[in-house]
Amino acid sequence: MSANQMDAVDADVFGAPAANDRALLIRRILITIGITALVIVLAYWRTGGSELVVTQAIVTGLLVGGVYSLIALGLTLIFGVLHIINFAQGALVTMGMYATYVISSNLGWNPYLTLVVSIPLLFAFGALVQTLIINRSMGEAHENQLLLTLALGLLIENTLLLVFGGNPLSVRTSTETVYNIFGAVATQSRLIAFFGAAFLAVLLFTMLQRTGVGTAIRAVAANPTGAKLVGINVKRIYMITFALGAACAGAAGTLVVPFVSIQPIAGEVFNITAFVVVVLGGLGKVVGAMFGGLIVGLAEQFGGIFFPDQSNLLGVFIVFILILFLRPQGLFASTS
Amino acid sequence: MSSSTALVDVARRRTWPDRNLIALVIGILILIPFPLFTGASQDAIAIRVIIVAILGISWNIMSGYGGMFSFGHAAYFGIGAYSCAVMLVNFDIAPWLGMIVGMGLAALFGVFIGYLSFRYKLKGTYFALATFAFAEMLRIIVMSAPALNAGIGYHIPLITDSSWWLMQFPPGSPNYFWLGLILLSACVLISILFIRSRAGQFLIAIREDETAASSLGVPVLRFKLIAIAVSGAIGAVAGVFYTQYYLFIDPDLAFGASRSIEAILAPVVGGVGTIWGPIVGSTVLAPLTDITAAFLRNPPVLLAFLEGRSGLDVMLYAILIIVMILFLPRGIFGTIKEKVSRK
Repeated sequence: MSANQMDAVDADVFGAPAANDRALLIRRILITIGITALVIVLAYWRTGGSELVVTQAIVTGLLVGGVYSLIALGLTLIFGVLHIINFAQGALVTMGMYATYVISSNLGWNPYLTLVVSIPLLFAFGALVQTLIINRSMGEAHENQLLLTLALGLLIENTLLLVFGGNPLSVRTSTETVYNIFGAVATQSRLIAFFGAAFLAVLLFTMLQRTGVGTAIRAVAANPTGAKLVGINVKRIYMITFALGAACAGAAGTLVVPFVSIQPIAGEVFNITAFVVVVLGGLGKVVGAMFGGLIVGLAEQFGGIFFPDQSNLLGVFIVFILILFLRPQGLFASTS
Repeated sequence: MSSSTALVDVARRRTWPDRNLIALVIGILILIPFPLFTGASQDAIAIRVIIVAILGISWNIMSGYGGMFSFGHAAYFGIGAYSCAVMLVNFDIAPWLGMIVGMGLAALFGVFIGYLSFRYKLKGTYFALATFAFAEMLRIIVMSAPALNAGIGYHIPLITDSSWWLMQFPPGSPNYFWLGLILLSACVLISILFIRSRAGQFLIAIREDETAASSLGVPVLRFKLIAIAVSGAIGAVAGVFYTQYYLFIDPDLAFGASRSIEAILAPVVGGVGTIWGPIVGSTVLAPLTDITAAFLRNPPVLLAFLEGRSGLDVMLYAILIIVMILFLPRGIFGTIKEKVSRK
């Protein structure tokens, strides 16, 4: 693992950018918005001037992107603090889905109400995993931790497969209300997922910035040795961070339940998009993950417009590879 | 590393490869009569072991010896599988030629990814994510390319008799095992010779300390790319053999992420960066699928509700990987080798 690159990437983890970086950051955001606008214009041209198709793509892209942001937020938080790419993030999303399914279909709860179970459940699971498994390999080769999370993801997916079988399940919801946004349609469940995810993301961000635990997490991310010296229990912070990351995934799993089919491999697509979001936003950058989610949501929809015969994911991967090669430190990194 | 241990290393380097070659010859001799004593179901397991082992050897060269962590080895496997299938089905070209073309294309693709990645200084996690992204892109592109049968995949046309030239034998024929043994032995031989060669030794030097190797005048980029090319070519062999044995290939089987994971697991369980690690690993892992399937067909009363379910095999893989990494990070063969050479 390249320590240098990691350090460069982690230069200003989580923190608000310094004053002289702020102008640069704003410029970057403006450039990103500019490129997005250009893509939208091109898509407009590509569809032969169909306003409806483009508006629909923007609305759908942004709504899904909100959920991607929340999942990626957990991933980037774990990376920023523990320096681990959590390959099990998608599987944790799936766990959230099944938690909702089990409670909602057995007890008849409203699926959104199950958030009060899925979030604590995944939080506890994340804490357990970090304490029992990942903590033991902290400080060893990065490949080891990568393989551990990979194995963990396989374990979760296949335990779910063993217990629930491979057939797609669904949670019964009340009839969908459809809203009209600038001519595009958005279902109620997608709107709830977006606003729910946005609310939780902002909540987590505020927690990181304002509370004692949040400050401790940011301290460990910036400088683990220094954090230890001022009396922070680093191992405990590792545990809380992994638990928070898992909780983000679990919440996202619950929020998307009404409009995805629940399968053991349902989380895989979220896993892939979360990697893309996190690299796009800069590994370990919370704000980057939030913006990155929206961009990837849009990339997915516009990929569908530009390459109608291909899978939506092609657009996401094109963006991914461009970013990996051209700006591996992420779009919004202050150092280049 | 002190100079005395360095000397020991040099001495060991002279003896280990020769021991490896002897072990290879003995292994082949022991395994040749294997299918004469076994039934069709054991043969099927043995062939899965061989396929996973070849794929593991491929991964091990690039990521074990080379230290370039690949999370996209499905790309090379898939390129091999598809080269073979497309050439055979569309142009009636024998799989041996398809294999050569597949190896060439996989090597080229590897060099292409590697060059781009190193040109843009991708390392560690970023490199792994890039290899993953490229393999997934191949899957998505093949999935929606009508010229490559899109999501349907290819069935290899059946022939009535047995043919070494077409790599196809009647079901249950021991020839499949012998073909696999030939391919596996060739891949092991290549990996032994490659690691013993200048290129292989430079590769290990680069893995241990890239800056030092480069400052001593080792052309780092060139030897990394050579390693990726060799690795990719071997990965393609696994894909060709898979296609010719199962007589079917589709984008998910060829390029799916689970194939990339399969490539990693065998060396990790057996021993990363050792010649025999991938083979030991696949011998442990590949039969698990059959054992658990047999178990779940007829589960004990207590676990009766699991009858006919799937997933148990991969659960065991996953648990095994976690246990291995936490308690035996050098793998089964790697740990034994270390114990032996320390004495």
